[in-house]
Amino acid sequence: MSTKIPRVPVREQAAQERIKNFEEVSYGYNAEEAVLEAHRCIQCKNPRCVKACPVQIKIPEFILAVKNKDFAQAADIIAEDSSLPAICGRVCPQESQCEGSCVLGVKGEPVNIGKLERFVADWGRKENYYNPTKVSTNGFKVAVIGSGPAGLACATDLAKLGYQVKIFEALHLPGGVLEYGIPEFRLPKEEVVRYEINNVKKLGVEIETNVIVGRTITIDDLLDKEGYHAIFLGSGAGLPKFMNIPGENLNGVVSANEFLTRSNLMKAFDPEYDTPIYVGKRVAVVGGGNVAMDAARVARRLGAEVYLVYRRSEKELPARVEEVHHAKEEGIIFKLLNNPVEILGNEKGWVTGMRCIEMGLGEPDESGRRRPIPIKGSEFNIECDVVIMSLGTSPNPLIASTTPNLNTEKWGGIIIDENTCQTSREGVFAGGDNVTGAATVILAMGAGRKAAEQIDVFIKNKFGKK
Amino acid sequence: MYKIVKKRPLAEQIFLMDIEAPRVAKSAQPGQFVILRVRDKGERIPLTICDYDREKGTVTIVTQCIGVSTHLICEHNEDDYILDFAGPLGQASELIHATDEELANKKILFVGGGVGAAPVYPQVKYLSNRGFKPDVIIGAKSKNYVILEEEMRAVSNNYYITTDDGSYGFKGMVTDKLKELVEKENKKYDLVVTIGPMIMMKFVSLLTKEYSISTVASLNTLMVDGTGMCGACRVSIGGQTKFTCVDGPEFDAHLVDFDEAMRRQNMYKTIEGQKREELEKNHKCKIGR
Repeated sequence: MSTKIPRVPVREQAAQERIKNFEEVSYGYNAEEAVLEAHRCIQCKNPRCVKACPVQIKIPEFILAVKNKDFAQAADIIAEDSSLPAICGRVCPQESQCEGSCVLGVKGEPVNIGKLERFVADWGRKENYYNPTKVSTNGFKVAVIGSGPAGLACATDLAKLGYQVKIFEALHLPGGVLEYGIPEFRLPKEEVVRYEINNVKKLGVEIETNVIVGRTITIDDLLDKEGYHAIFLGSGAGLPKFMNIPGENLNGVVSANEFLTRSNLMKAFDPEYDTPIYVGKRVAVVGGGNVAMDAARVARRLGAEVYLVYRRSEKELPARVEEVHHAKEEGIIFKLLNNPVEILGNEKGWVTGMRCIEMGLGEPDESGRRRPIPIKGSEFNIECDVVIMSLGTSPNPLIASTTPNLNTEKWGGIIIDENTCQTSREGVFAGGDNVTGAATVILAMGAGRKAAEQIDVFIKNKFGKK
Repeated sequence: MYKIVKKRPLAEQIFLMDIEAPRVAKSAQPGQFVILRVRDKGERIPLTICDYDREKGTVTIVTQCIGVSTHLICEHNEDDYILDFAGPLGQASELIHATDEELANKKILFVGGGVGAAPVYPQVKYLSNRGFKPDVIIGAKSKNYVILEEEMRAVSNNYYITTDDGSYGFKGMVTDKLKELVEKENKKYDLVVTIGPMIMMKFVSLLTKEYSISTVASLNTLMVDGTGMCGACRVSIGGQTKFTCVDGPEFDAHLVDFDEAMRRQNMYKTIEGQKREELEKNHKCKIGR
């Protein structure tokens, strides 16, 4: 019976409308739609979806509660494992995690777990259902560096265990990539991000903004002078990569990080705000990840014609399927199997175009994807006034370079013990993008949760009980 | 929120402010900068640190009202609050790593221009505190724009003022004075540190290159986050791209591509101009009411 119901479609803002605003694209399910979709779950005895979830949300259980219209119970079940469900329901790559392993997906379409999670989280927010309270303190202090997904998840779990947790954030607003990276139309800031961060604060977690660890204070200051018993480094991967091709410093070439930070964190898309942003008439975004899609779609909304230039084919695009689909609907022109070789400029130093070369696909490389190979003599020019480089990021060296004996990989990633999450420094733990390189919100949250568990073990072993 | 504990005018449209920011004051070193944000809809503005008092927990900044955001800073008064104040950012001046012996054997000249005199001050003061007063040239448009004269005289060995119109001190550019010192007075310098408008630093650098004097320039590029995240502050140093916010702000001036840096500094000028016009328009409207 249950499998006969087709996957309930999700209502969305029409593409022609949404390219003129920054309001959310997906409306999500209403109660009726959510209950209907919940009926599709066959309640596997050995649910593969849970194993595929980096924070192991008890998926069939919360879906059963939705099916029974007990949304409060569903919210409670999710809250056991995630403090940021309205965020994850919106930005997780479900197709390669929970939904990707849903049994229904073998023959048909998987249960829309992401949208169900979002529904429950949004319900909880609108009904003001969540009311996290402070647990009595166990007397131990933990400092968390960075208020992105890894830091928030780690802080949540530690606070629930009774630790006194303080998060140090370098920027003026907490949230990390949730605030500066992911655009409003995919993740509303005031409504969703601030709300979920406030829930973390209600657990007793303090957040101090404008503290750049490695500059304002050091890890050793925190351990020796401020009396923290352990530290979690969740500083993310924030250093943008460039291609090192001619013309990259012309006016009009920006990193996706800069473009998105201007638009998201600084709200440059809103004329009321002081921070400027420049899109010109035509924008070329280089890259194929979620960040590239975000940059392209922001540029589109700011009125530009947008090309997305990616060196491999559609199959290899690392972005979520939903983002690629939305980008196409919004009129982003995909120039696949093309690679920039030079950025062209005028005599005043402004971008006028980009010289690209066509690529063919060879044998699979170490990533398992077919290696792109330039096709000789196929160079051509794209006219544009702005180029947005979205080639990934690497960890910021500020912490590593100011913390003696903190070991890092050659590419900058912090080295941790896989089991204990501890770095080469005793009592200093790490997780998320600063360990793995740029990944997803949910993987960072998973890493934060695992580290929280290990920090608890470490403190109890070292300091006993107070 | 960060309290403005002191504000005083230094010259026309130029103000000095002491901001209560204990963490920043504790870690600040000469050569570093801060990023501040005045209001919720405001920009993140990088400003080089002018002084700091670790005991009082204050950091001194100097601003000139030139853009929308600096205008907003200057509108604030004593006991008002600044929304965000983050730092210290960037690398400290190389001089703090030098030994006394190295400093004793080094003849240093600072060349500042305009509000650039402010970030020159903490470095000169630092050297003076270690017992090595350097020479200083400060350039200004006219007498009315000379700032921190007394403070600077107290910590420098020879202190020279140049004004474009000759209304005070030496008439001419800082480079003219530098030329005079080296060519006519036969002064020997081992290091020149220059801070001020890009165009001034460019010409100081061209001149010191002729004289083969090692030169350091402190670059005031565009920035958004100031922590290495956005890359807006990219500069070419000896053909290599560097981030001013984390690799700088001080670089070997002879390797800096100043023309590119100046061009990049103007990237948002038209947009900024429009916003400024709007601000002024709104301002007038309010006064008219």
